[in-house]
Amino acid sequence: MTDLSLSNQTIAGKAAPPAEARSLRLPTQWLGVAPFFIFAIMFLILPTLYLMLGAFQNDAGEFTFENIVALGQPSIVAAYWISIKVSLASALIGAFAGLAIAIAIVRGGLPNWIRSATLTFSGVASNFAGVPLAFAFLATLGRLGLATVILNTVFGLNIYAHGFNILSFWGLTLTYVYFQIPLMVVIITPAIDGLKKEWGEAAATLGATTAQYWRMVVIPVIWPSFLGTVILLFANAFGAIATAYALTGSSLNIVPILLYAQIRGDVLHNPHLGYAIAFGMIVITGLANVFYIWFRTRSERWLK
Amino acid sequence: MKGGRFWAWVVFILGAAYFFIPLIATVEFSMRMRRGVYSFDAYQIVLGDPRFQATFMYSVIAAIFTIILGVLIVVPAAYWIRLRLPQLRPVVEFITLLPLVIPAIVIVFGYIRMYGSNSPLPFLASDMGTNALLVIGYAMLALPYMYRAVDTGLRTIDVRTLTEAAQILGAGWGTIIGRVILPNVLIAVLSGAFLTFAIVIGEFTMASLLNRPAFGPYLQNIGANRAYEPAALAIIAFVITWGCMSVIQVLSRFAPKSANRPN
Repeated sequence: MTDLSLSNQTIAGKAAPPAEARSLRLPTQWLGVAPFFIFAIMFLILPTLYLMLGAFQNDAGEFTFENIVALGQPSIVAAYWISIKVSLASALIGAFAGLAIAIAIVRGGLPNWIRSATLTFSGVASNFAGVPLAFAFLATLGRLGLATVILNTVFGLNIYAHGFNILSFWGLTLTYVYFQIPLMVVIITPAIDGLKKEWGEAAATLGATTAQYWRMVVIPVIWPSFLGTVILLFANAFGAIATAYALTGSSLNIVPILLYAQIRGDVLHNPHLGYAIAFGMIVITGLANVFYIWFRTRSERWLK
Repeated sequence: MKGGRFWAWVVFILGAAYFFIPLIATVEFSMRMRRGVYSFDAYQIVLGDPRFQATFMYSVIAAIFTIILGVLIVVPAAYWIRLRLPQLRPVVEFITLLPLVIPAIVIVFGYIRMYGSNSPLPFLASDMGTNALLVIGYAMLALPYMYRAVDTGLRTIDVRTLTEAAQILGAGWGTIIGRVILPNVLIAVLSGAFLTFAIVIGEFTMASLLNRPAFGPYLQNIGANRAYEPAALAIIAFVITWGCMSVIQVLSRFAPKSANRPN
């Protein structure tokens, strides 16, 4: 069936455009994609390039590395560092928890409705981010939040006395995990579905134990998708600002909040330093995505 | 595999607890406004707040324009690439991924610097211009999702045959796209539209930095100044997101399942 339609298509492709029709069509050839490219260039590529060039210019418009060097001042390095830590921690926790949930619903022998309910809920929760998510966690783990109060009154555990604070590294990480886990579930479930039954049977026939099957078949096959998704989750958290801003105001100095303050009021007293911060963010998320695409192509080999 | 099933339940229950406790806590917190009893006071105050109504309407309208703009940009491009310019596919796919690479705050920072009042294209000089820039920014944010939805829809129909049939019947390009292709991928477009809506409705970064009276900045403002209303707003936002996702899921049942063209 596939071969037939493919060859039909090639024939149609070769036979369709006679020479004069082609010459007539040439001017309109690009018309269909023109709006797309005009918008992409004007509102995506040029603004980004503008900032990236600005990162290498001083006030007089001369080329300089000063702004990039100025990124090395302690407060900015600290902001990058805490952003990277929060993004990495939330990506790793989200990835492992999401993987566990995906394996549980696909391979765990749970009732079928649990699988579809989990996937539906994951679709919702992965999009439930931003300001409302911060409100939900304040209502849960804030000083007067339900979980805080119940832990204190029922279990006698005052988490705030033990150093927990929702307006901190762990508070923010725990909040980010709320959209990271579902994103992982949504992305990794097809990869786990792609593990063929035959591989398990083949392994069993060759005398492999369950542990060996997982170690030598499942993990190597899932590994690239898993790593790729971890990186995607990292980039996802790294650029996010709304949740953190609504949760902590500016008390937790992550990079997007620093950039936000810089755009609003030039808190660093150097407009070009703002460009440099934006440039740094693009470099980090860009690198992350290069790795993501690389892992993605590696994983697609197995999951056809 | 008995042990496996046990651990699957453990994982599932732990996960469910992590996801439901914040929702329950938020519902509970939102109803605590009146001392001693549970009430819907916070919801009444929020829904009766004229600023809530104004900002919510603003964001709904922004979302509708974003969807229209997104469809106008994406559908012709995706269609044309399938039909005539398959060699451009990698370029276009790369561009549609860019909004996932470049954080929204960076994109809007670029807009502020490039389209300020003194620039050749002074979007930010007028209110309408700034509104337009916000809608454009939102369309860029939603581009990856919209493109993927439309492209998946196009994969399930036979673009070439439909186009040729329409041409034989004397249809022009506008008719082909508007009355032949679009109705056939309508479900895919609607899925993209509802996802766009869910993304745009509470968006904070762009609206706030462009100083637009949108729902996201309003949420943030209430969060900074009130105690119980934010919890009520969080529940309202969750219900909206949930509604959008349910619509997408219902729509997907009507979508054609099999691809009759392997490209």
